[in-house]
Amino acid sequence: MKPDPALTNIQAANSSMTSSRPLASFIRATAAIVWKDLAAELRSRELLSAMLVFALLVILIFNFAMELDAKARATVTSGVLWVTFAFAGTLGLNRSMAMEKDRGCLDGLLLAPVDRSAIYFGKAIGNLVFMFIVEVIVLPVYSILYNINLFRPGLLLVILLGSVGYVAIGTLLASMAVQTRTRDVLLPILLFPLVIPVLVAAVKGSNGFLQGLEISEIMPWLNLLIVYDVIFTAIAFMVFDYVVEE
Amino acid sequence: METKPRLLTILDGVTIILLAVATALVFFFTPIEAVMGNVQKVFYFHVANAWVGMLGFMASAIAGIAYLRTGKRSWDIVGMASVEISVVFLLIAIVTGSIWARPVWNTWWTWDPRLTTAAIMELIYAAYLLLRQGIEDPDRRARFGAVYAILGFISVPLTFLSIRIFRTIHPVVIGNADPSAQGSFDMSPAMLRTFMFSLLVFSFIFADLLWHRIRLGHLADKVEQLKLKVTQ
Repeated sequence: MKPDPALTNIQAANSSMTSSRPLASFIRATAAIVWKDLAAELRSRELLSAMLVFALLVILIFNFAMELDAKARATVTSGVLWVTFAFAGTLGLNRSMAMEKDRGCLDGLLLAPVDRSAIYFGKAIGNLVFMFIVEVIVLPVYSILYNINLFRPGLLLVILLGSVGYVAIGTLLASMAVQTRTRDVLLPILLFPLVIPVLVAAVKGSNGFLQGLEISEIMPWLNLLIVYDVIFTAIAFMVFDYVVEE
Repeated sequence: METKPRLLTILDGVTIILLAVATALVFFFTPIEAVMGNVQKVFYFHVANAWVGMLGFMASAIAGIAYLRTGKRSWDIVGMASVEISVVFLLIAIVTGSIWARPVWNTWWTWDPRLTTAAIMELIYAAYLLLRQGIEDPDRRARFGAVYAILGFISVPLTFLSIRIFRTIHPVVIGNADPSAQGSFDMSPAMLRTFMFSLLVFSFIFADLLWHRIRLGHLADKVEQLKLKVTQ
Protein backbone atom coordinates (compact mmCIF):
# COMPACT_ATOMS: atom_id res chain seq x y z
CA MET A 1 0.00 0.00 0.00
CA LYS A 2 1.30 3.40 -0.96
CA PRO A 3 1.71 5.85 1.93
CA ASP A 4 -0.77 8.67 1.98
CA PRO A 5 1.05 11.75 0.60
CA ALA A 6 -0.82 14.07 2.94
CA LEU A 7 0.20 11.99 5.91
CA THR A 8 3.87 11.95 4.95
CA ASN A 9 3.70 15.69 4.48
CA ILE A 10 2.42 16.13 8.00
CA GLN A 11 5.05 13.78 9.37
CA ALA A 12 7.78 15.65 7.53
CA ALA A 13 6.45 18.95 8.80
CA ASN A 14 6.26 17.55 12.30
CA SER A 15 9.77 16.20 12.28
CA SER A 16 11.17 19.40 10.84
CA MET A 17 9.31 21.36 13.50
CA THR A 18 10.74 19.32 16.33
CA SER A 19 14.22 18.82 14.96
CA SER A 20 15.00 22.27 13.59
CA ARG A 21 13.53 24.38 16.36
CA PRO A 22 13.84 22.45 19.60
CA LEU A 23 15.69 25.32 21.25
CA ALA A 24 13.03 27.85 20.38
CA SER A 25 10.25 25.65 21.74
CA PHE A 26 12.32 24.91 24.85
CA ILE A 27 12.79 28.62 25.51
CA ARG A 28 9.08 29.26 24.84
CA ALA A 29 8.09 26.58 27.36
CA THR A 30 10.52 27.92 29.96
CA ALA A 31 9.30 31.48 29.44
CA ALA A 32 5.69 30.36 29.77
CA ILE A 33 6.38 28.78 33.16
CA VAL A 34 8.29 31.83 34.39
CA TRP A 35 5.46 34.04 33.21
CA LYS A 36 2.88 31.83 34.95
CA ASP A 37 4.78 32.08 38.25
CA LEU A 38 5.21 35.84 38.00
CA ALA A 39 1.56 36.39 37.07
CA ALA A 40 0.35 34.21 39.93
CA GLU A 41 2.63 36.06 42.34
CA LEU A 42 1.51 39.44 41.02
CA ARG A 43 -2.07 38.56 41.90
CA SER A 44 -1.61 36.83 45.25
CA ARG A 45 1.66 38.43 46.50
CA GLU A 46 1.80 35.77 49.21
CA LEU A 47 5.30 34.49 48.45
CA LEU A 48 7.15 37.76 48.05
CA SER A 49 5.52 39.43 51.04
CA ALA A 50 6.37 36.46 53.27
CA MET A 51 9.99 36.38 52.06
CA LEU A 52 10.40 40.13 52.49
CA VAL A 53 8.94 40.39 55.96
CA PHE A 54 10.96 37.38 57.02
CA ALA A 55 14.19 38.86 55.62
CA LEU A 56 13.62 42.15 57.43
CA LEU A 57 12.89 40.29 60.66
CA VAL A 58 16.14 38.35 60.36
CA ILE A 59 18.08 41.59 59.99
CA LEU A 60 16.27 42.99 63.01
CA ILE A 61 17.09 39.92 65.09
CA PHE A 62 20.74 40.12 64.10
CA ASN A 63 20.75 43.69 65.34
CA PHE A 64 19.86 42.51 68.84
CA ALA A 65 21.78 39.26 68.75
CA MET A 66 25.14 40.65 67.63
CA GLU A 67 25.45 44.29 68.75
CA LEU A 68 26.06 45.57 65.25
CA ASP A 69 28.13 48.61 66.19
CA ALA A 70 30.25 50.41 63.63
CA LYS A 71 33.31 48.23 64.16
CA ALA A 72 31.47 44.90 64.07
CA ARG A 73 29.48 45.98 61.04
CA ALA A 74 32.53 46.22 58.84
CA THR A 75 33.33 42.53 59.32
CA VAL A 76 29.97 40.82 59.78
CA THR A 77 27.84 42.63 57.20
CA SER A 78 28.40 40.06 54.45
CA GLY A 79 27.65 37.21 56.85
CA VAL A 80 24.41 38.80 58.04
CA LEU A 81 23.33 39.49 54.46
CA TRP A 82 23.93 35.93 53.30
CA VAL A 83 22.25 34.32 56.28
CA THR A 84 19.26 36.55 55.55
CA PHE A 85 19.19 35.62 51.86
CA ALA A 86 19.63 31.92 52.59
CA PHE A 87 16.82 31.79 55.15
CA ALA A 88 14.41 33.90 53.11
CA GLY A 89 15.38 31.80 50.08
CA THR A 90 14.30 28.49 51.65
CA LEU A 91 10.97 30.07 52.48
CA GLY A 92 10.44 31.05 48.86
CA LEU A 93 11.69 27.76 47.42
CA ASN A 94 9.43 25.72 49.68
CA ARG A 95 6.39 27.83 48.95
CA SER A 96 6.84 27.97 45.20
CA MET A 97 7.02 24.17 44.93
CA ALA A 98 4.37 23.42 47.58
CA MET A 99 1.97 25.61 45.62
CA GLU A 100 2.39 23.40 42.55
CA LYS A 101 2.04 20.22 44.55
CA ASP A 102 -0.98 21.18 46.68
CA ARG A 103 -3.25 22.24 43.88
CA GLY A 104 -2.20 19.35 41.66
CA CYS A 105 -0.56 21.81 39.25
CA LEU A 106 2.66 19.80 39.10
CA ASP A 107 0.81 16.88 37.50
CA GLY A 108 -0.65 19.29 34.97
CA LEU A 109 2.78 20.68 34.19
CA LEU A 110 4.19 17.18 33.78
CA LEU A 111 1.42 16.28 31.35
CA ALA A 112 2.34 19.20 29.10
CA PRO A 113 4.20 18.06 25.98
CA VAL A 114 7.40 19.93 26.82
CA ASP A 115 10.81 18.82 27.88
CA ARG A 116 10.86 18.17 31.64
CA SER A 117 14.00 20.26 32.08
CA ALA A 118 12.07 23.26 30.70
CA ILE A 119 9.89 22.94 33.81
CA TYR A 120 13.02 22.96 35.98
CA PHE A 121 14.48 26.04 34.29
CA GLY A 122 11.13 27.80 34.40
CA LYS A 123 10.74 27.21 38.12
CA ALA A 124 14.40 28.06 38.80
CA ILE A 125 14.25 31.35 36.89
CA GLY A 126 11.02 32.24 38.66
CA ASN A 127 12.61 31.55 42.04
CA LEU A 128 15.69 33.55 41.03
CA VAL A 129 13.51 36.55 40.13
CA PHE A 130 11.83 36.41 43.56
CA MET A 131 15.20 36.16 45.25
CA PHE A 132 16.50 39.18 43.30
CA ILE A 133 13.43 41.21 44.24
CA VAL A 134 14.00 40.43 47.92
CA GLU A 135 17.70 41.30 47.62
CA VAL A 136 16.95 44.55 45.80
CA ILE A 137 14.75 45.62 48.70
CA VAL A 138 16.92 44.27 51.53
CA LEU A 139 20.13 45.95 50.32
CA PRO A 140 18.92 49.59 50.51
CA VAL A 141 17.10 48.90 53.78
CA TYR A 142 20.30 47.49 55.28
CA SER A 143 22.30 50.40 53.85
CA ILE A 144 19.98 52.91 55.52
CA LEU A 145 19.65 51.10 58.84
CA TYR A 146 23.38 50.56 59.29
CA ASN A 147 24.74 53.52 57.35
CA ILE A 148 26.92 51.50 55.02
CA ASN A 149 26.92 51.72 51.24
CA LEU A 150 26.16 48.28 49.78
CA PHE A 151 25.71 49.36 46.18
CA ARG A 152 29.08 48.41 44.77
CA PRO A 153 29.31 46.64 41.41
CA GLY A 154 31.58 43.89 42.77
CA LEU A 155 29.24 43.08 45.63
CA LEU A 156 26.27 42.98 43.28
CA LEU A 157 28.17 40.54 41.04
CA VAL A 158 28.85 38.25 44.02
CA ILE A 159 25.19 38.40 45.02
CA LEU A 160 24.16 37.56 41.47
CA LEU A 161 26.49 34.54 41.22
CA GLY A 162 25.66 33.31 44.72
CA SER A 163 21.92 33.53 44.13
CA VAL A 164 22.20 31.59 40.87
CA GLY A 165 24.03 28.71 42.60
CA TYR A 166 21.68 28.76 45.57
CA VAL A 167 18.56 28.67 43.41
CA ALA A 168 19.96 26.07 40.97
CA ILE A 169 20.35 23.44 43.68
CA GLY A 170 17.51 24.78 45.82
CA THR A 171 14.86 24.36 43.11
CA LEU A 172 15.92 20.76 42.52
CA LEU A 173 15.88 19.89 46.23
CA ALA A 174 12.61 21.72 46.81
CA SER A 175 10.93 19.64 44.14
CA MET A 176 12.22 16.57 45.99
CA ALA A 177 11.25 17.84 49.43
CA VAL A 178 7.62 18.62 48.54
CA GLN A 179 7.10 14.99 47.55
CA THR A 180 8.01 13.71 51.02
CA ARG A 181 6.02 13.41 54.22
CA THR A 182 8.09 15.89 56.24
CA ARG A 183 8.48 18.46 53.51
CA ASP A 184 8.57 21.80 55.32
CA VAL A 185 11.23 20.58 57.70
CA LEU A 186 13.23 18.67 55.14
CA LEU A 187 14.24 21.36 52.63
CA PRO A 188 16.71 23.27 54.84
CA ILE A 189 18.21 19.99 56.06
CA LEU A 190 18.76 18.80 52.51
CA LEU A 191 19.83 22.17 51.15
CA PHE A 192 22.24 23.69 53.66
CA PRO A 193 24.95 21.00 53.75
CA LEU A 194 25.12 21.02 49.94
CA VAL A 195 25.09 24.77 49.54
CA ILE A 196 27.95 25.48 51.95
CA PRO A 197 30.51 26.11 49.18
CA VAL A 198 28.23 28.85 47.78
CA LEU A 199 27.75 30.43 51.19
CA VAL A 200 31.45 30.33 52.09
CA ALA A 201 32.52 31.77 48.74
CA ALA A 202 29.73 34.37 48.69
CA VAL A 203 30.42 35.57 52.23
CA LYS A 204 34.16 35.77 51.60
CA GLY A 205 33.70 37.40 48.20
CA SER A 206 31.23 39.98 49.53
CA ASN A 207 33.51 40.69 52.45
CA GLY A 208 36.43 41.19 50.08
CA PHE A 209 34.54 43.82 48.09
CA LEU A 210 33.24 45.54 51.21
CA GLN A 211 36.73 45.75 52.72
CA GLY A 212 38.15 46.92 49.40
CA LEU A 213 40.63 44.07 49.03
CA GLU A 214 42.73 43.51 45.93
CA ILE A 215 40.81 41.82 43.11
CA SER A 216 43.43 39.04 43.02
CA GLU A 217 42.42 38.09 46.57
CA ILE A 218 38.74 37.93 45.67
CA MET A 219 39.21 36.08 42.38
CA PRO A 220 39.41 32.54 43.91
CA TRP A 221 35.99 33.03 45.48
CA LEU A 222 34.45 34.31 42.27
CA ASN A 223 35.91 31.36 40.39
CA LEU A 224 34.52 28.94 42.94
CA LEU A 225 31.06 30.51 42.62
CA ILE A 226 31.14 30.25 38.83
CA VAL A 227 32.32 26.62 38.97
CA TYR A 228 29.56 25.76 41.45
CA ASP A 229 26.90 27.49 39.35
CA VAL A 230 27.92 25.66 36.19
CA ILE A 231 28.26 22.22 37.81
CA PHE A 232 25.04 22.30 39.75
CA THR A 233 22.94 23.77 36.94
CA ALA A 234 24.21 20.97 34.70
CA ILE A 235 23.59 18.25 37.30
CA ALA A 236 20.10 19.51 38.08
CA PHE A 237 19.37 19.61 34.34
CA MET A 238 20.44 15.95 34.09
CA VAL A 239 18.64 14.52 37.12
CA PHE A 240 15.45 16.58 37.20
CA ASP A 241 13.66 13.97 35.04
CA TYR A 242 14.16 11.36 37.77
CA VAL A 243 12.89 13.68 40.48
CA VAL A 244 9.49 14.37 38.91
CA GLU A 245 8.98 10.95 37.32
CA GLU A 246 5.68 9.36 38.35
CA MET B 1 14.80 -19.23 53.44
CA GLU B 2 18.17 -18.84 51.82
CA THR B 3 21.18 -19.80 53.86
CA LYS B 4 24.16 -17.59 54.52
CA PRO B 5 26.72 -17.99 51.72
CA ARG B 6 29.83 -19.99 52.65
CA LEU B 7 32.10 -17.28 51.27
CA LEU B 8 30.53 -14.67 53.55
CA THR B 9 31.24 -16.83 56.61
CA ILE B 10 34.85 -17.15 55.49
CA LEU B 11 35.06 -13.38 54.96
CA ASP B 12 33.70 -12.82 58.48
CA GLY B 13 36.44 -15.03 59.93
CA VAL B 14 39.22 -13.45 57.88
CA THR B 15 38.08 -9.95 58.84
CA ILE B 16 38.03 -10.74 62.55
CA ILE B 17 41.51 -12.26 62.39
CA LEU B 18 42.86 -9.33 60.37
CA LEU B 19 41.41 -6.85 62.85
CA ALA B 20 43.03 -8.72 65.75
CA VAL B 21 46.39 -8.68 63.92
CA ALA B 22 46.09 -4.98 63.17
CA THR B 23 45.29 -4.22 66.81
CA ALA B 24 48.31 -6.24 67.92
CA LEU B 25 50.52 -4.43 65.40
CA VAL B 26 49.37 -1.04 66.63
CA PHE B 27 50.06 -1.92 70.27
CA PHE B 28 53.25 -3.98 70.06
CA PHE B 29 54.93 -3.50 66.67
CA THR B 30 54.88 0.25 66.05
CA PRO B 31 57.31 2.49 67.88
CA ILE B 32 56.01 5.21 70.19
CA GLU B 33 56.12 8.57 68.46
CA ALA B 34 58.80 10.81 69.95
CA VAL B 35 56.84 14.03 70.46
CA MET B 36 53.23 12.95 70.85
CA GLY B 37 53.74 9.71 72.73
CA ASN B 38 51.12 7.01 73.11
CA VAL B 39 48.18 9.07 71.87
CA GLN B 40 49.62 9.01 68.37
CA LYS B 41 48.65 5.33 68.14
CA VAL B 42 45.05 6.35 67.57
CA PHE B 43 46.21 7.55 64.16
CA TYR B 44 46.23 4.09 62.54
CA PHE B 45 42.55 3.42 63.14
CA HIS B 46 41.54 7.09 62.92
CA VAL B 47 42.62 7.38 59.29
CA ALA B 48 41.29 3.90 58.49
CA ASN B 49 37.85 4.82 59.82
CA ALA B 50 37.81 8.03 57.79
CA TRP B 51 38.86 5.94 54.80
CA VAL B 52 35.79 3.71 55.21
CA GLY B 53 33.64 6.83 55.57
CA MET B 54 34.95 8.04 52.22
CA LEU B 55 34.66 4.62 50.54
CA GLY B 56 30.98 4.47 51.43
CA PHE B 57 30.44 7.96 50.13
CA MET B 58 31.94 7.00 46.78
CA ALA B 59 30.11 3.66 46.69
CA SER B 60 26.75 5.33 47.33
CA ALA B 61 27.32 7.84 44.51
CA ILE B 62 28.33 5.06 42.09
CA ALA B 63 25.33 2.97 43.15
CA GLY B 64 23.16 6.06 42.68
CA ILE B 65 24.34 6.54 39.09
CA ALA B 66 23.89 2.83 38.41
CA TYR B 67 20.38 2.91 39.88
CA LEU B 68 19.29 5.87 37.78
CA ARG B 69 20.66 4.21 34.64
CA THR B 70 19.30 0.69 35.18
CA GLY B 71 16.44 1.11 37.66
CA LYS B 72 17.47 -2.11 39.41
CA ARG B 73 16.35 -2.36 43.03
CA SER B 74 19.57 -4.04 44.13
CA TRP B 75 21.59 -0.89 43.33
CA ASP B 76 19.38 1.04 45.70
CA ILE B 77 20.12 -1.48 48.42
CA VAL B 78 23.87 -1.07 47.76
CA GLY B 79 23.60 2.72 48.04
CA MET B 80 21.58 2.57 51.24
CA ALA B 81 23.93 -0.03 52.74
CA SER B 82 27.08 1.97 52.07
CA VAL B 83 25.62 5.13 53.56
CA GLU B 84 24.46 3.32 56.70
CA ILE B 85 27.91 1.81 57.22
CA SER B 86 29.83 4.98 56.47
CA VAL B 87 27.78 7.18 58.74
CA VAL B 88 28.99 5.08 61.68
CA PHE B 89 32.63 4.89 60.61
CA LEU B 90 32.88 8.58 59.82
CA LEU B 91 31.50 9.36 63.27
CA ILE B 92 34.16 7.08 64.82
CA ALA B 93 36.81 8.90 62.77
CA ILE B 94 35.59 12.28 64.04
CA VAL B 95 35.56 11.08 67.66
CA THR B 96 39.01 9.44 67.49
CA GLY B 97 40.30 12.57 65.77
CA SER B 98 39.05 14.66 68.68
CA ILE B 99 40.78 12.32 71.12
CA TRP B 100 44.02 12.80 69.22
CA ALA B 101 43.53 16.55 68.83
CA ARG B 102 42.97 17.29 72.54
CA PRO B 103 46.57 16.64 73.67
CA VAL B 104 48.27 17.55 70.39
CA TRP B 105 46.43 20.70 69.29
CA ASN B 106 45.15 21.45 72.79
CA THR B 107 41.56 21.58 71.58
CA TRP B 108 38.81 19.07 70.84
CA TRP B 109 37.84 20.73 67.61
CA THR B 110 39.13 23.29 65.13
CA TRP B 111 37.49 24.59 61.94
CA ASP B 112 40.12 23.08 59.70
CA PRO B 113 39.14 22.03 56.14
CA ARG B 114 39.32 18.31 56.81
CA LEU B 115 37.45 18.45 60.11
CA THR B 116 34.79 20.75 58.73
CA THR B 117 34.38 18.69 55.58
CA ALA B 118 34.05 15.50 57.64
CA ALA B 119 31.37 17.15 59.78
CA ILE B 120 29.49 18.33 56.69
CA MET B 121 29.75 14.88 55.14
CA GLU B 122 28.21 13.42 58.28
CA LEU B 123 25.39 15.96 58.00
CA ILE B 124 24.83 15.04 54.34
CA TYR B 125 24.56 11.39 55.37
CA ALA B 126 22.05 12.35 58.06
CA ALA B 127 20.04 14.33 55.52
CA TYR B 128 20.13 11.35 53.17
CA LEU B 129 18.72 9.06 55.86
CA LEU B 130 16.05 11.61 56.84
CA LEU B 131 15.07 12.04 53.21
CA ARG B 132 14.58 8.31 52.78
CA GLN B 133 12.61 8.11 55.99
CA GLY B 134 10.11 10.66 54.73
CA ILE B 135 9.14 8.73 51.59
CA GLU B 136 6.86 5.70 51.57
CA ASP B 137 6.85 4.73 47.91
CA PRO B 138 9.95 2.48 47.52
CA ASP B 139 10.54 3.46 43.91
CA ARG B 140 10.55 7.18 44.65
CA ARG B 141 12.65 6.61 47.78
CA ALA B 142 15.27 4.89 45.64
CA ARG B 143 15.29 7.63 43.00
CA PHE B 144 15.56 10.47 45.50
CA GLY B 145 18.24 8.64 47.46
CA ALA B 146 20.28 8.15 44.29
CA VAL B 147 19.96 11.80 43.27
CA TYR B 148 20.92 13.05 46.72
CA ALA B 149 23.92 10.72 46.96
CA ILE B 150 25.22 12.05 43.63
CA LEU B 151 24.67 15.68 44.63
CA GLY B 152 26.46 15.13 47.93
CA PHE B 153 29.40 13.43 46.29
CA ILE B 154 29.90 16.38 43.93
CA SER B 155 29.40 19.04 46.56
CA VAL B 156 31.85 17.70 49.14
CA PRO B 157 35.07 18.33 47.14
CA LEU B 158 33.89 21.89 46.51
CA THR B 159 33.23 22.31 50.22
CA PHE B 160 36.73 21.07 50.95
CA LEU B 161 38.19 23.44 48.36
CA SER B 162 36.26 26.40 49.73
CA ILE B 163 37.56 25.88 53.25
CA ARG B 164 41.03 24.87 52.06
CA ILE B 165 41.76 28.42 51.04
CA PHE B 166 42.07 29.19 54.75
CA ARG B 167 45.24 27.91 56.33
CA THR B 168 45.11 24.45 57.80
CA ILE B 169 46.76 22.89 60.85
CA HIS B 170 45.74 19.30 60.14
CA PRO B 171 48.81 17.18 59.32
CA VAL B 172 49.08 15.97 55.73
CA VAL B 173 50.11 12.36 56.16
CA ILE B 174 50.60 11.40 52.54
CA GLY B 175 51.95 13.84 49.98
CA ASN B 176 53.83 17.03 50.68
CA ALA B 177 53.33 18.34 54.16
CA ASP B 178 52.39 21.89 54.93
CA PRO B 179 55.14 23.33 57.15
CA SER B 180 52.59 25.20 59.25
CA ALA B 181 50.78 21.96 60.18
CA GLN B 182 51.03 20.98 63.83
CA GLY B 183 51.26 17.41 65.00
CA SER B 184 52.73 16.10 61.75
CA PHE B 185 55.47 13.49 61.96
CA ASP B 186 57.68 11.37 59.74
CA MET B 187 56.62 7.76 59.64
CA SER B 188 59.14 5.06 60.30
CA PRO B 189 58.88 1.95 58.06
CA ALA B 190 57.12 0.05 60.88
CA MET B 191 54.57 2.83 61.21
CA LEU B 192 53.98 3.03 57.48
CA ARG B 193 53.52 -0.73 57.22
CA THR B 194 51.02 -0.80 60.09
CA PHE B 195 49.20 2.19 58.65
CA MET B 196 48.82 0.58 55.22
CA PHE B 197 47.82 -2.68 56.86
CA SER B 198 45.04 -1.04 58.87
CA LEU B 199 43.73 0.65 55.73
CA LEU B 200 43.53 -2.80 54.15
CA VAL B 201 41.86 -4.31 57.22
CA PHE B 202 39.22 -1.61 57.33
CA SER B 203 38.52 -2.08 53.62
CA PHE B 204 37.84 -5.73 54.49
CA ILE B 205 35.52 -4.67 57.30
CA PHE B 206 33.69 -2.37 54.90
CA ALA B 207 33.28 -5.13 52.31
CA ASP B 208 32.12 -7.61 54.93
CA LEU B 209 29.54 -5.26 56.47
CA LEU B 210 28.38 -4.14 53.06
CA TRP B 211 27.74 -7.72 52.04
CA HIS B 212 25.79 -8.37 55.25
CA ARG B 213 23.74 -5.21 54.83
CA ILE B 214 22.94 -5.94 51.18
CA ARG B 215 21.82 -9.42 52.14
CA LEU B 216 19.67 -7.92 54.88
CA GLY B 217 18.15 -5.52 52.36
CA HIS B 218 17.23 -8.34 50.01
CA LEU B 219 15.74 -10.36 52.85
CA ALA B 220 13.71 -7.35 53.98
CA ASP B 221 12.35 -7.03 50.45
CA LYS B 222 11.38 -10.67 50.47
CA VAL B 223 9.59 -10.31 53.82
CA GLU B 224 7.72 -7.32 52.44
CA GLN B 225 6.54 -9.35 49.44
CA LEU B 226 5.48 -12.27 51.63
CA LYS B 227 3.51 -9.93 53.88
CA LEU B 228 1.68 -8.56 50.84
CA LYS B 229 0.90 -12.10 49.74
CA VAL B 230 -0.53 -12.99 53.15
CA THR B 231 -2.76 -9.93 53.36
CA GLN B 232 -4.17 -10.45 49.88
